[in-house]
Amino acid sequence: MPAKKTAKKADIKDLVIRVCVGTGGLAAGSQEVMDEFGSQLKSHGIKAEIVKKCVNKTGCRGFCAKDVLADVILNDKSETYQLLTPEMVSRIVEEHIVNGSPVKEWLVGPEYHAFHDKQTKILLKQCGHIDPEDIDAYIKIGGYEGARKIFSLEPSEVIEEIRASGLRGRGGAGFLTGLKWELCSKAEGSPKYIICNADEGDPGAFMDRSVIEGNPHSVIEGMVIGGYAIGANYGYVYIRAEYPLAIQRLKIAISDARKKGFLGENIFKTKFDFDIKIKEGAGAFICGEETALIASIEGKRGMPRAKPPFPAHKGLWGKPTVINNVETLSTLPTIITQGAKWFSSIGTEKSKGTKVFAITGKIKNTGLIEVPMGMSLREIVYDIGGGCEKNCALKAVQTGGPSGGCIPASHIDMPVDYESLMAIGSMMGSGGMVVMDDTTCMVDMAKFFLSFTQNESCGKCTPCRIGTKRMLEILTRITNGKGREGDIELLLELGNSIKLTSLCGLGMSAPNPVLSTIRFFRDEYEAHIRDGICPAAVCKALRIYTVSVELCKMCGKCFKACPSAAIAWEKKQPAKIDKGKCIKCGACYEACPFNAIL
Amino acid sequence: MPQPVLKGESMTDKRCEEVLEKHQKEKGNIISLLQNIQEVFGYIPEDTVFWFSRELNIPASSFYGVATFYAQFYLKPRGKNIITACCGTACHVKGSGPIINKIREELKLPEGETTSKDGKFTVESVACVGACSIAPVFIGNKKVFGKMTIEKASEMLKGIDKGKGA
Ligand SMILES: Cc1cc2nc3c(=O)[nH]c(=O)nc-3n(C[C@H](O)[C@H](O)[C@H](O)COP(=O)(O)O)c2cc1C
Ligand code: FES
Repeated sequence: MPAKKTAKKADIKDLVIRVCVGTGGLAAGSQEVMDEFGSQLKSHGIKAEIVKKCVNKTGCRGFCAKDVLADVILNDKSETYQLLTPEMVSRIVEEHIVNGSPVKEWLVGPEYHAFHDKQTKILLKQCGHIDPEDIDAYIKIGGYEGARKIFSLEPSEVIEEIRASGLRGRGGAGFLTGLKWELCSKAEGSPKYIICNADEGDPGAFMDRSVIEGNPHSVIEGMVIGGYAIGANYGYVYIRAEYPLAIQRLKIAISDARKKGFLGENIFKTKFDFDIKIKEGAGAFICGEETALIASIEGKRGMPRAKPPFPAHKGLWGKPTVINNVETLSTLPTIITQGAKWFSSIGTEKSKGTKVFAITGKIKNTGLIEVPMGMSLREIVYDIGGGCEKNCALKAVQTGGPSGGCIPASHIDMPVDYESLMAIGSMMGSGGMVVMDDTTCMVDMAKFFLSFTQNESCGKCTPCRIGTKRMLEILTRITNGKGREGDIELLLELGNSIKLTSLCGLGMSAPNPVLSTIRFFRDEYEAHIRDGICPAAVCKALRIYTVSVELCKMCGKCFKACPSAAIAWEKKQPAKIDKGKCIKCGACYEACPFNAIL
Repeated sequence: MPQPVLKGESMTDKRCEEVLEKHQKEKGNIISLLQNIQEVFGYIPEDTVFWFSRELNIPASSFYGVATFYAQFYLKPRGKNIITACCGTACHVKGSGPIINKIREELKLPEGETTSKDGKFTVESVACVGACSIAPVFIGNKKVFGKMTIEKASEMLKGIDKGKGA
């Protein structure tokens, strides 16, 4: 074998490799890819410390569908590889880094660019670019400039700036951040607290996790700004225990910020003290609600209480407290450095700035996106998301998680902002967007969401505790083929009363998925109840299983799988299902390797 | 009222004392106390609750109230290997249901049970682990497995059993 060609030293100085190591990337094996880059470079005679410098980890860049993603930047020219495995690394090092010609067939395709081109990245700009565990990387791109700047202003001026920007809370309700701060800053009592709500419990949403994993310092900086504005010297981050990587990165970030004098006593060499503590949640969706969250930090059962008094007046330990979402907080540094005017020039009249969405479900490009408020749903689903998987027909988009509703495909041209979503019976929520196609049963979907909220109901108020239970019973009955005439009306009546009478946001929004699916897909409910048919063929009890004679390879697997001897089969004969004996368990369907059971 | 005494080996008492020591800073915060107990014992043994109740003068019912409110606390010992199935929206839409059934079937878990008889496996579900873009997602002993299929699930179980099982 000829001696390995060594890359020229000059080249290596200009080499940067960035591997995406968010939760998504890690699951796809990005750590292994990163290690392989390291050892391959070393085997080409490059010193360990140089390798350490040029192989960097970054947070998630949003395009998780094609993980592992890595940028190879050589002499200022950046190429991005997708779907990497450790086995592919040696060829990239050999051909691209040593010989200078990128491995074309492994580079990202046009969908990667389409995915990014329509986005406006403010918050996610640095996720996927900087090393989240390196405070200097954040400072280098202008990090902590916002925090530095506020100390030349009065707290009231900071509040005014945020107010003028029109920033609204990204945690769901969309309350004006500046207004919330003002209420708290004027409230009597001390000490005051600022809490970062990182309890992201909406199933189908993961933007807060990605922001903390990809750029934890922006959250810390936002908290410093908020703390100074309202006069709080203590901050808490309440974070889900299900996010171990985010917690770990946040811990590193906080300790690094302390070392730099950005947290602790006399931060940024001023007279202001500010420090942050992490509180791990213990697994309860309701703790995302602000008053329940406060109870949980205090070590109690996370039960919400009636408002007013609002946390801005009586919050943690009875003291004035501001609670802001992760995304809200990490937007703050940019607003301070770029100015309120700039921020309010993005978005619509009442919804300013950008919003991060997690698009998932039956869509080609799943991942995390950031778009200006007011972008049409069509652009999000088709231009950025690339349309439905397997080119199935789009049926609906669910926004706002279990508190939100479905937007039917017929409304695909609507703008996505707080008001429009409310008007259609859904809500912004934290920003989860789940795309559904014609293989999704809307009744099953409504049941799924309701069983989630039912399960997570804390039980304090009756409408939510018992009302959602009754609704769930009716939905279960319908999906089991035992629906009755009048069930739809009953669901509507129950749903509307629960919305009106529940104590907290959980109950007030729990019926939304049911109400909105009835509004737009009433025919599907009727088909279940009247005709005993599930149009999407999802509800098992309503399915009629048959064997396709063309597809059947006569293997007999279904015969063996059937627990109720409903399948007749002999060697070299296609199977046959006796409808009378079939208990619709679906075992044959799962057992068939040829998709011959319909 | 007679106080129940802490049964079992004396080790238990010693470990409790260590937890108590650690806990002094956050007096009265039942959640962090329970988190500490669970870290040491792997679950919340009934005896320890009574022990702490006596030491801290907090009614045992308060412990029970908090422990049953939050999904993270376990009142029964758990298996050696933990399989966590995501039941969030994205994973549900992408078909996590049949995979969970398959796993439970392979481990022969009876209806309503989460831990296998031999104590090797516990199968739990959570609502969204925040990796929806690679749904359906399963976590086997803290390692995240994305884009799961029935075949991959069997492989995962076999891998875990070989690697760590007794
Ligand atoms: C049931 C329920 C769950 C919630 N979950 C969250 C959550 O996971 N994250 C969050 O930031 N806000 C959540 N909220 C909203 C918070 O109560 C609160 O409005 C928000 O954190 C305020 O921050 P913002 O003004 O920055 O949006 C939830 C509300 C309810 C009623
Ligand atoms: S729904 Fe499973 S990871 Fe989000």
